[in-house]
Amino acid sequence: MSTSLGELRLVQPSTVKEAVAARFEHPGSRFIAGGTDLIVNMRRGIIRSDLLVDLSGIDELTEITTDGLDVTIGAGVTLAALAHNSEIAGRYRALAQAAEAIAAPGHRVIGTVGGNLCLDTRCIYYNQSEWWRSAHAYCLKNRGDVCHVAPQGKRCHAAFAGDLAPALLVLGAEIDIASAQGVRRIPLSELYVEDGKAHLALADGELLVALHLPLNPPPSGYAKVRLRGAIDFPLAGVAVALAASGPNVNSLRIALTGTNSRPFLVAGTEPFAGRPIDEKLLHELDRLVQKQVQPMRTTIASANYRRIAAAALTRRLVKKLFAEGAA
Amino acid sequence: MHAPGSQPKKRLLRLRLNGRWREDAVAERELLVDYLREVAHLTGVKSGCDGGECGACTVLIDGEAVPSCITLAVRCEGRHIETIESLATQGRLSRLQRAFHEKLGTQCGFCTPGMIMAAAALLRHNATPTESEIRVALSGNLCRCTGYVKIIESVQAAVEKPHDC
Repeated sequence: MSTSLGELRLVQPSTVKEAVAARFEHPGSRFIAGGTDLIVNMRRGIIRSDLLVDLSGIDELTEITTDGLDVTIGAGVTLAALAHNSEIAGRYRALAQAAEAIAAPGHRVIGTVGGNLCLDTRCIYYNQSEWWRSAHAYCLKNRGDVCHVAPQGKRCHAAFAGDLAPALLVLGAEIDIASAQGVRRIPLSELYVEDGKAHLALADGELLVALHLPLNPPPSGYAKVRLRGAIDFPLAGVAVALAASGPNVNSLRIALTGTNSRPFLVAGTEPFAGRPIDEKLLHELDRLVQKQVQPMRTTIASANYRRIAAAALTRRLVKKLFAEGAA
Repeated sequence: MHAPGSQPKKRLLRLRLNGRWREDAVAERELLVDYLREVAHLTGVKSGCDGGECGACTVLIDGEAVPSCITLAVRCEGRHIETIESLATQGRLSRLQRAFHEKLGTQCGFCTPGMIMAAAALLRHNATPTESEIRVALSGNLCRCTGYVKIIESVQAAVEKPHDC
């Protein structure tokens, strides 16, 4: 691994307006929040920038507020602060569980909500040192022409591996995006694109500043499988929000991460409403998830393992949430 | 990469290091681990994976254990940084250090400074952690010698003898 960074300047704005202006004035600059992903990638030479706009001094990004309509979480809230917030844990358990499952405590005290949502996609051909990548011929995502995972294909298959996104998707989050032109608000699902090389639908210089969650979500949970249990990105991560009435499904939302180039809501869960939560339903859910995930050979674990694991996690989590609701 | 011979841009960095304020001219691209080792000569801070994965470079920033290899030094302006060198006072090991020594929590020793700093952060927040809380607090620190059992026992021993400093 490369040991030092290239020539670099750091500007430290104290407001979102200044940050967006600084980013706008310097094409090729990047925002840095916690830096737990960006600095590693810059040290590996897979992200290059000679100017970083530091978001850590912007107080307005670090607030969690509640009004009559929704809960607003600033993009600069740290993962540790999110995981330890009792209101979040009580209302949005999937979100607290996802935050707690990210990396190690040392990353969570500096890593942020916005950083995790805008995490770069990952691949065994991409997250490598310069000498490793040059020896293997550079890949489509970084300086090369071919995706080594799918050489016949036309796009990059690097997988999105943020843990918060699926939790926020099942909870119905919307996000605020700031730019020199002002702030726009979109559903979180519209942030992501199924392309490992360009997975964020953000224009150059746009900044995710906050997210909004509805006040009364159904019970939810998050679970993931990973290679190193203590500290790792998900091979597959699943969030479920399940409202049940008696033995029956009222509403069911499932979202996945780690398996595709974007986190996504599983389509086709609406017909489960009104049906009892039994083995037949769990089996159908298993098939539904296996059909929609598209894991590729981007991790050391096989793609098929991740497909089966995603479905198994979903089944277990639905069963667990149902049991907790009935108890 | 900056061109050979060119000088990287530097700025004055003021921070409190192991209790003492100091100022240094630091390149904006300098990582905290390199600043601590190369400028402040605190070589107890170990450089392991260089990617925030092993925890060998763990130091405390305002009391929180953080990997210094993924932290830019200039972002620590005004902060209090503590390294393993801050723990012993007047040549006497801290209770955590003593516990690691007595309970054989250290073998090759490379992960030890990071382990102890992560454990020190835990004990400041939680004076009587359970075994699972200790395991979580040390989950970002890799050890390839001990198998972790002796490390966990060392932290537990320090918890059991809080007044034996």
